[in-house]
Amino acid sequence: MYAQEVKSTGEAVKSLKEMSPEERAFQEKIDAGVKIEPKDWMPEGYRKTLIRQISQHAHSEIVGELPEGNWITRAPTLERKAILLAKVQDEAGHGLYLYCAAETLGVSRDEMTEQLLSGKAKYSSIFNYPTLTWADIGAIGWLVDGAAIMNQVPLQRCSYGPYSRAMIRICKEESFHQRQGYAIMMQLMKGDAAQREMAQDALNRWWWPSLMMFGPSDADSVHSAQSMAWKIKQNTNDELRQKFVDQTVPQAEFIGLKIPDPDLKWNEEKGGYDFGEIDWNEFHEVLKGNGPCNKERMEARRKAWNDGAWFRDGLMAHAKKRAAKKIAAE
Amino acid sequence: MSNEWPLWEVFIRGQHGLSHRHVGSLHAPDAEMAIKNARDVYTRRNEGVSIWVVKASDIAASSPEEKGPLFEPSNSKVYRHPTFYDIPDEVGHM
Repeated sequence: MYAQEVKSTGEAVKSLKEMSPEERAFQEKIDAGVKIEPKDWMPEGYRKTLIRQISQHAHSEIVGELPEGNWITRAPTLERKAILLAKVQDEAGHGLYLYCAAETLGVSRDEMTEQLLSGKAKYSSIFNYPTLTWADIGAIGWLVDGAAIMNQVPLQRCSYGPYSRAMIRICKEESFHQRQGYAIMMQLMKGDAAQREMAQDALNRWWWPSLMMFGPSDADSVHSAQSMAWKIKQNTNDELRQKFVDQTVPQAEFIGLKIPDPDLKWNEEKGGYDFGEIDWNEFHEVLKGNGPCNKERMEARRKAWNDGAWFRDGLMAHAKKRAAKKIAAE
Repeated sequence: MSNEWPLWEVFIRGQHGLSHRHVGSLHAPDAEMAIKNARDVYTRRNEGVSIWVVKASDIAASSPEEKGPLFEPSNSKVYRHPTFYDIPDEVGHM
């Protein structure tokens, strides 16, 4: 979701018998629920998969500031503006917690930034859609952060200590994000016809991309098995997507919004909703870089990085000069 | 892309009376900026009353491979725990 289609080893999961003694001891630790910490021995595949997943997650938090930042200057009230600023600041914080967690695995911050800016590293497909109206800010908080929570709650139990701890902090803060989004939608639905229509239009545009956040169907996800054996991933994409639909449909109905899916139907037998086919072609196109805002998002990140270079270098030069003076004085 | 800001480990005292606790890390050019950044990254919701920052490269750590020999001396000394001693109930709380 915030990390979609994370490549693992691409190989079948080894049985305990096929493993080397080190690998076996590692797997047994994971099976026993013991957390792995930065300096512990770990298979190269585990390290690489985690770096990919955590950095993709971090990039998503950072790029995710852009669609919402678009509305900070145009928020309808001062209170809404303060709330949105706080939320966007949280997203920056979440990105930083995650970059730190990834760095404990031996990748540097600059390497990760470079991978994002060169297009080598991915970020969630959801942030390549535009925020056209104020209702989109409501829809993002409610749906996008709602889907994020669905995925992040089980990640708190991830086998890698620093990632798990970052997720615990993030989950504590995330609930505010979803609630402020739903509160925007509620308020619009209490408004006039044009405001209700604006809310419905936002739901219509964000519903399907939100479902895509959970990543491809389990049947098509080749890397899931190894990640699940390593407890980097706890639930399958389809399980989490189903939970999200079941949770969200009643919330939409409560405020009088209609889910834009003619195939949506309660299935008494499975105790959940059946829903329509996701357009996976759209998903893959957006991931490949052909979504409505991919170019704009990357240009904004590159510009921020390049425009900030003099500032980063200036502060570093100042720090070095002061440190040298201090040594000279001693 | 060179000239990366160094990494700092951040410790926060959550409330008066508690010790500082490691909460994470961040990059900053110097200690002063590290404390300012730590305030923004790790205490957005009143999580702290005091911040320590230490350059990550200045921390010395025990290695996981030494875990056995390092902690074995205390593992074998069960008599350090109060439950090692049987005190008759008649004596009362001790």
